[in-house]
Amino acid sequence: MKLALKVTEVEQLSPLVKRFRFEDPTGASLPVFSGGAHITVEMPEGEIIRRNSYSLISDPYDGSAYEIAIRREDKGRGGSVYMHTKVSEGDEITVSAPANLFQLDLRARKHVLIAGGIGITPFLSQLKQLDMEQKPYELHYAARSREEAAGIKLLPQAAHVHVHISEEGARMDLGAILDGQPLGTHVYTCGPEGLIAAVADQAARLGWPKASVHSEAFTAPPPGEPFEVVIASTGETVHVKADQSLLEALEAAKVEIEYSCRGGGCGRCQTKVTACDGRILHNDHWLSEDERAAQKDIMPCMSRFKGTRLELDL
Amino acid sequence: MTMQFNDETFRGDYTYHNSPAAVRRFPFPFDQDSYMYSVNIEQHPGGPKGTPFEKMFDVDEHYVAEMKDREITLAEDPLRCQSLPHMELAGWDLLELIMVSKARDYPDLFTLHRDGNAWHWINKPLGIEKKFTFLDPTTLPCGPMEYITRQTQGDFALLHERDNNLWMDAGMITSQADWSLDFDVGMNFFEWHAPVPKARKMGVFDKALKFLLAVGQGQHYRRLNWTMTVNPRLDTSPENYHKWGPEKRTITPENVGQKQFLRVELQTFFRLPRSNALAFPIRCYLANLEDIASQPKWGRRLHRVLRDIDPALAEYKGFAVNQEMIVDYLSKFDDGAPTSPGIFPDL
Repeated sequence: MKLALKVTEVEQLSPLVKRFRFEDPTGASLPVFSGGAHITVEMPEGEIIRRNSYSLISDPYDGSAYEIAIRREDKGRGGSVYMHTKVSEGDEITVSAPANLFQLDLRARKHVLIAGGIGITPFLSQLKQLDMEQKPYELHYAARSREEAAGIKLLPQAAHVHVHISEEGARMDLGAILDGQPLGTHVYTCGPEGLIAAVADQAARLGWPKASVHSEAFTAPPPGEPFEVVIASTGETVHVKADQSLLEALEAAKVEIEYSCRGGGCGRCQTKVTACDGRILHNDHWLSEDERAAQKDIMPCMSRFKGTRLELDL
Repeated sequence: MTMQFNDETFRGDYTYHNSPAAVRRFPFPFDQDSYMYSVNIEQHPGGPKGTPFEKMFDVDEHYVAEMKDREITLAEDPLRCQSLPHMELAGWDLLELIMVSKARDYPDLFTLHRDGNAWHWINKPLGIEKKFTFLDPTTLPCGPMEYITRQTQGDFALLHERDNNLWMDAGMITSQADWSLDFDVGMNFFEWHAPVPKARKMGVFDKALKFLLAVGQGQHYRRLNWTMTVNPRLDTSPENYHKWGPEKRTITPENVGQKQFLRVELQTFFRLPRSNALAFPIRCYLANLEDIASQPKWGRRLHRVLRDIDPALAEYKGFAVNQEMIVDYLSKFDDGAPTSPGIFPDL
């Protein structure tokens, strides 16, 4: 389901982060959603349509608007730069209905939310949901400097909201955060892979059940060298440009393929590889180490290829 | 009200009956002359006018009687309705989906006024008028899922998504084809499907789960499933097997056309917005062999399907004991003529 919306607010939250507000042009109510959900934003530029997914940061039970916050990645594929430089108030924008790959587990007795940098975004909607559902939680938000901590403006001032600015010497102490939490607590991490791994490691050491440890890495597809793939069913060759993901190139070539998160986290676009002479550059969070090594599967939303021939079972 | 509701029973004297119009709109599940499992999924709603596929939640002549039957079943066994504590939000999502859909699709039967979270619901067929506060459970006489499913035909399972699986963590199950919510509650997708023969090996469940996890907000789907039931009984539960199991032995060549029912489930799938849970309504339709055979295409086809079905499926669906009598009866309606494609009756 696609929604044709209008950009009604653009706000610079920090030197690198902008907040966008989208509303229905007729004032109709948008589908409400669950905390941690994302939308996929279409960014048409010339012949190609880039699609990036961004976490919703607005009140999930409020259908009057969707809000997202985007960090400008100058070394990226161009999606965030497009949003920062080409999109302004009054523009039309097409987004998907909300989907959620990072939902709260409402069985939890308590929720501990740990954000690093722009990884704060999914928690902004989650904590509104937690407030409404009257669930106990604490939020820890780590950033290098106060200037970079774009999320501070969007967070409530409350005893259970903790901001850790490393430049000010207030580094986040994961051991102290996770130790002694009541039984039935769930922890959620969003941020750089190092932070996600550190939380998982600390939780494992403290004996947390795996099912109580959740994470979402907030990655957009990386750019890279151009490459080609062959579609097994038709023999067609598809060229993937440097600033295009394989998924986007397949879509442009009208090859039918399922997707949801477009960030290597949901598994929906997983595709079988029928021939591989070269090396798949796996950039996803979905395939296991063994699956990566086998080179029999690829996640077209994130991963790229270096070599002479890659044939896909499509 | 434009719709007439039958005065009928689904137990005891079994006065359940289909009007000629209800027979013609019956969701006959076979689109060809043979049957094997498939993940036969289509978008929902949508279908020819008057069919049960046209609206989000079909309301038909059996509505009032089905709700009375549910009340009896629940009074005898309250565990037919269960909701684990974390599923209350999904219950509100379901209540909203049903009330909004029914008020839109059947404005002469149902009305919903909303002013923020102050809601006013009128259900004319059941004579219910209720003002309550959305998301505030203290303003309803019971939980939101129970409240709305006491007013909606069909069983309802609410599935919680976690760990890349679906968990049956809430439901209202009183018209089931021999499975138990009390037994299955808290189970995951593979666990509650474990009794189904052959399908796991065929990879049906892996595909079905992958599909269900991908169902997004605003995309609704349906499929048909079927079994056979002796007498028009909604509550064919394992808990009450002692009541309906022996009735299978009451079939004779003389009464099989009237007492043997084809039981069709219209299963739909909806992603719920606030809880991100999946709603899985399972609506049961019953038509006896006489009703089916009144449509020549269906009589021919049902004969061929049940004659040639895999014995393991006849056993699992519980009609192997009467299969010969059923097939003999239906053979009278099969002249060997070809059947037209699709499930709908010929004009």
